[in-house]
Amino acid sequence: MVVQALKDQGVDVVFGYPGGAVLPIYDEIFQQNDIRHILVRHEQGAVHAAEGYARATGKPGVVLVTSGPGATNAVTGLTDALMDSIPIVVLTGQVPTFMIGSDAFQEADTVGITRPCTKHNWLVKDTARLSGIIHEAFHVATSGRPGPVLIDIPKDVQFATDDYTPKTKATVSHYQPQLKGDMDTITELVEAIERAERPIFYTGGGVINSGPAASQLLRELVEATGFPITSTLMGLGAYPASGDKWLGMLGMHGLYEANLAMHDCDLMINVGARFDDRITGRIDAFSPKSKKAHIDIDPSSINKVIKTDMPIIGDVGHVLEDVLKVWKARGRKVNREGLAKWWARIEEWRAVDCLGFKPSPKTIKPQHALARLEALTKDRKDRFICTEVGQHQMWAAQYMGFEDPNHWMTSGGLGTMGYGFPASIGVQMGHPDALVINVAGEASWLMNMQEMGTAVQYRLPVKQFILNNERLGMVRQWQELLHGERYSHSWSEALPDFVKLAEAFGAKGILCTDPADLDDAIMEMVNHDGPVIFDCLVEKHENCFPMIPSGEPHNKMLLGEASTKDAIGSKGAVLV
Amino acid sequence: MSPLHIKKGSTKHSAYNLRPTFSDVQETHTIAVLVDNEAGVLARVIGLFSGRGYNIDSLTVAEVDHEGHRSRITIVTTGTPQVIEQIKAQLGRIVPVHEVHDLTVEGPSVERELALLKVANQGEKRVEALRLADIFRANVVDSTLESFVFQITGTPDKIDAFADLMRPLGLVELARTGVAALSRGVGSTA
Ligand SMILES: Cc1cc2nc3c(=O)[nH]c(=O)nc-3n(C[C@H](O)[C@H](O)[C@H](O)COP(=O)(O)OP(=O)(O)OC[C@H]3O[C@@H](n4cnc5c(N)ncnc54)[C@H](O)[C@@H]3O)c2cc1C
Ligand SMILES: Cc1ncc(C[n+]2csc(CCOP(=O)(O)OP(=O)(O)O)c2C)c(N)n1
Repeated sequence: MVVQALKDQGVDVVFGYPGGAVLPIYDEIFQQNDIRHILVRHEQGAVHAAEGYARATGKPGVVLVTSGPGATNAVTGLTDALMDSIPIVVLTGQVPTFMIGSDAFQEADTVGITRPCTKHNWLVKDTARLSGIIHEAFHVATSGRPGPVLIDIPKDVQFATDDYTPKTKATVSHYQPQLKGDMDTITELVEAIERAERPIFYTGGGVINSGPAASQLLRELVEATGFPITSTLMGLGAYPASGDKWLGMLGMHGLYEANLAMHDCDLMINVGARFDDRITGRIDAFSPKSKKAHIDIDPSSINKVIKTDMPIIGDVGHVLEDVLKVWKARGRKVNREGLAKWWARIEEWRAVDCLGFKPSPKTIKPQHALARLEALTKDRKDRFICTEVGQHQMWAAQYMGFEDPNHWMTSGGLGTMGYGFPASIGVQMGHPDALVINVAGEASWLMNMQEMGTAVQYRLPVKQFILNNERLGMVRQWQELLHGERYSHSWSEALPDFVKLAEAFGAKGILCTDPADLDDAIMEMVNHDGPVIFDCLVEKHENCFPMIPSGEPHNKMLLGEASTKDAIGSKGAVLV
Repeated sequence: MSPLHIKKGSTKHSAYNLRPTFSDVQETHTIAVLVDNEAGVLARVIGLFSGRGYNIDSLTVAEVDHEGHRSRITIVTTGTPQVIEQIKAQLGRIVPVHEVHDLTVEGPSVERELALLKVANQGEKRVEALRLADIFRANVVDSTLESFVFQITGTPDKIDAFADLMRPLGLVELARTGVAALSRGVGSTA
């Protein structure tokens, strides 16, 4: 019944790990060939893989794990997917209904534990409702603001048989978020677009969530108005990095021109972003002179952090379509004079070249490694980049260019070290022939390194590009800037030999230490038909700039060359 | 200046009023939430309040439609206007929640609470307790030679006032239901 419902939902791959409480479902899986099951090595890996798959394909990712420890191991992934609005459906086994509450073997209160980290969850006590709930779960996961859902299925409910409810007959849920935006506010926004002297588009993950059509509409609107555009970490690729209106990422480690433009603009058009604290910095100093429009499908995102003048609740695709329609009907007006001056100022900020760095002939600078990786792979349309969490993640966002949506997977909201490797496995499952690279820090990568077994078993040629600074680099950077250079526990003294590690799993390992060898080594990685661990030994004490210190406004940004001593006031030090 | 009014899947208008939401003034609002009466729904609502650090001054819940399995949760909460807006929006996101109504801003409403008070005393104090109960229209629902249990309904303020008077007269125990509320007039909130 479970497998039938999944097939009905168009599921072709499930990431999972078996155990006593899900054996009946595993038995069903064994007896069919439509759904492929990928055996991960840890349930956290299954959830991140499903997230990667979902982000890269636009389809919900599906996970199957057992009760108790299987379910608790999935909690980090669920929280990650909730924070980043990723649609996934997790099926967990549960002890039989008559044993629930008795501290039975491998019993955990899975719906209780996962209630705050799922969009919704269900404990199914009646087989007759099982298939209907599975269909409802897919609906909830994928509609409105997407997110993770979980269905907890006791073993006796799995064994029992009952009538199957096909997808078409499943009762339509009352959960139907509003897609169309309010036309009055949309018209108000268009009027503001016509007048604005210093406008900016601030776009986010909501554009990606809305689907490729939304990115297309965004591109059309940006090109037609000639407004500058910046994006959050989660929205990279919605507008192409090669586009001339592109200012780069904004935020704590965003580009100088993007942050200054946000600070000084008079019209901010937020398209599917949520005014995260990595963006706003000090709230009372955030873009003080601007009128703000906010397009978001989730009413709770509006006025949560920043007060909005033009709130538009709806789906990015639907709203942008209406904005374009109204703007065109009113004669495609913009304030050309104002815009020309605005761009001239932006060009001045661009000239600062905030991402400039000095490559060294002796050691590989991490920025250089990524710039080379970018140069050597950017022509491949089928290139997907995942990351772990830390400095390397920010450098990847800064030095790599994304031309299309759904080609960039990173853990933004939760910042989960250990996300990238399993996510790359999920991406590769969705796009078997693509070039999938996980830009990693050695510390993050070790958190889910067991998935090497999965990559090798299923011949998934994922490339693990590890910028190895032998440090918890991001932590080290904060300790340098904030804690008087007292490097408390921010390095590992016993790192593995990554080449041998790769070989132990039956994969290929590449070590690169010399900048002169870098290009060849990268090409060797790209051309190898199989999983690769690339151990790139980089400068150990490089800091990631630009950086807006915690608790400071956008225009108080630290640049690489600038003095960083005492940059963060004592009030900022308590912030994360 | 229309108040937030989430009716899922039905409202065409973006529902945001532009009151000065970021002021520091603390306001008390009574919010009615219509939910599917399914397992865990109350835990979701309470978890939302504790997880996001909102206050619950009072909470009542009971099934109001036995056939449709709908329950009505009435929550009294205090916060800045921004927090109140967030609470309503966050409640609206919970999947089994059908409707969220802010009775405090949606027009006039009535609020009632029921309380039981046990008062143990003798002599003059006993007479005085009875006399006050009469003024407050509280009923005696249990009595011994040394005690009464009073039942009182009214606004939370009235119950507070009555309890304050009973304290020096031997108040032993107090049980309150929390607020139930409906909008005035013919229209239904739900
Ligand atoms: C070490 C580290 C450093 C970081 N530094 C930065 C930084 O410098 N800059 C940066 O930008 N980020 C940074 N981040 C990421 C940051 O924490 C947030 O995850 C990110 O900024 C949030 O992106 P977003 O606003 O696009 O929101 P998302 O989390 O992607 O949320 C999407 C929003 O769109 C809405 N939405 C969803 N679907 C739709 C739809 N169909 N239509 C309309 N709306 C929709 C949702 O309701 C939500 O409000 C960092 C993370 C880490 C781990
Ligand atoms: C699971 C988890 N634990 C701790 C952290 C805090 N943290 C953020 S970045 C970081 C260091 C990451 O080091 P590494 O993966 O080597 O990347 P680098 O910063 O050196 O590029 C740590 C410990 C986290 N984000 N996730």
